[in-house]
Amino acid sequence: MLEIKNVSKTFNPGTINEKRALTDLSLSLNDGDFVSVIGGNGAGKSTLLNAVAGVWPVDSGSILIDGEDVTGMPEYKRAKYIGRVFQDPMMGTAPNMQIEENLALAYRRGKKRGLKWGVTAAEREIYRAKLATLGLGLEDRLTAKVGLLSGGQRQALTLLMASLQTPKLLLLDEHTAALDPGTAKKVLELSDKIISDNKLTALMITHNMTDAIRHGNRLIMMDRGKIVLDISGEEKSRLTKADLLERFAEKTGVQEETDSVLLS
Amino acid sequence: MTMSVYLSALSVTNLISRMPAAVAQGIIWGLMALGVFITFRLLDIPDMTVDGSFATGGAVTVMLLLAGMPAWAALLIAIVVGVLTGLCTGFLHTKLGIPAILAGILTQFALYSINLRIMTKANQTASVQKFGMFWENGNGFLVSSLHIPQAILVGLVLTAIIVALSYWYFGTEQGSALRATGNNPAMSRAQGIHIGTMKVIGLGISNGIVALAGGLMTQFQGTADVSMGRGAIVIGLAAIVIGEILCDAIFSKGCNFAVKLCFIIFGGVVYYAVMVVILWLKLDPNDLKLFTAIIVAAFLAIPQLKAQSKSSFSRSKKRAISERSDA
Repeated sequence: MLEIKNVSKTFNPGTINEKRALTDLSLSLNDGDFVSVIGGNGAGKSTLLNAVAGVWPVDSGSILIDGEDVTGMPEYKRAKYIGRVFQDPMMGTAPNMQIEENLALAYRRGKKRGLKWGVTAAEREIYRAKLATLGLGLEDRLTAKVGLLSGGQRQALTLLMASLQTPKLLLLDEHTAALDPGTAKKVLELSDKIISDNKLTALMITHNMTDAIRHGNRLIMMDRGKIVLDISGEEKSRLTKADLLERFAEKTGVQEETDSVLLS
Repeated sequence: MTMSVYLSALSVTNLISRMPAAVAQGIIWGLMALGVFITFRLLDIPDMTVDGSFATGGAVTVMLLLAGMPAWAALLIAIVVGVLTGLCTGFLHTKLGIPAILAGILTQFALYSINLRIMTKANQTASVQKFGMFWENGNGFLVSSLHIPQAILVGLVLTAIIVALSYWYFGTEQGSALRATGNNPAMSRAQGIHIGTMKVIGLGISNGIVALAGGLMTQFQGTADVSMGRGAIVIGLAAIVIGEILCDAIFSKGCNFAVKLCFIIFGGVVYYAVMVVILWLKLDPNDLKLFTAIIVAAFLAIPQLKAQSKSSFSRSKKRAISERSDA
């Protein structure tokens, strides 16, 4: 489904702030893979997701989604294939627009936006039904401004928006990090449900090792712009936090305070 | 003594007699403010182009009238030229990466020369006596200061058409994408919206409406001047903030988008009426711009001041001191 071949990216090249964020990174995702991504600060996790989303062009290498080379495609064109949820709950929705208007925008992801009416009565019913599955009571507040919702509600709505037009790839960039633990748990369960219901292929960055172990069928660990560990299937289901810390130390040579490195 | 002389010099009948003309002009400024609203509120861009494009609308209208074109056709072409000025700002901003406010200033600056080129001199007059009115011969002026009640009526009809078109457009898929662009660009990109295109479209529409208002003002006054658009952006903002505050006061639970747009027109009328009152009070007309700036600054500051009245460092300090003295 997703094929990343030898991708490199350096920020601010030739300046004192030069930062090699991705180094000759390759990754291949199968249809239906749900991959959790862990690694310390500056390991390149977000850079990896942004490279796939097309936030900026990569320096070298290529990215294929479902066989199509998207390396030269800008972000707004790649959006056709990709659903995204950001770390900041404010980032995924338009606060001054209504819930149904936000959903209607997402419903037209990757489609031509012409001069037809923005929200039709028929799709309103679809939204009502989909919102009801969130269990937040939003189905009765279709015309409420999204800015009135809580962070957790907005993140749940963003998740729904990301999957409304079934994406080939779902990118979750630490989408529960800004939420309180209770809400984070609910949003994570919801992510699981949406991914399995729609049989989505997903990449999820998390700082929480327990979440990384518990969710998804595959786990990758990044360090200094490379993937240093890739565990899937049976091996992943037996994985414990202690194993992970040990493997991390082994791969990176960082012995002390590994926990804080991973969790920071 | 001097006070009573001053007061006796003020005539209420005089004020009332000036009001219809104020309303007619206020409607035209309100229409201009509708254009400013599209960039300032929907796209979140303070577009400085309007000071130039308002005069461009006037310049194009007056020259086409003098060339013998029907007034309504002159207005249509003024709209097209206005759209082009907006596209120019949009190009400078989205393709060349110049900050939006600076891109608008550059276009506005360039338009001063272009407007002079269009008019060949600083001002041109097209007298209503020569061309007649639209309802007399089908080609004449749509509005004129010599026919105030009709000017108000025509102004309201044109405004209703523009409000209806705006309401429709901003409810469409494309119009929603444009609103989303101004509201959250990151989210818009992630939803597959090309935000550069949306900004260019919005700037074009906005300046088209502003140029239409400039063309109407030229017909109303029978003259176009190269500096007629000076301060248009501030007048537009004044109409927007006055309209929004009145709208919020009357519809505290929020209201339909079309109603909001109507209130901006109304804001233009209120703004212009206040200006007439200030002149009637015999204040120095040279101070008008100062008053306008103060009014706009005050109203734009309201959200910030409201937030501060609930939570600020000085309040926290006072609370801390009183808690300490209580203990």
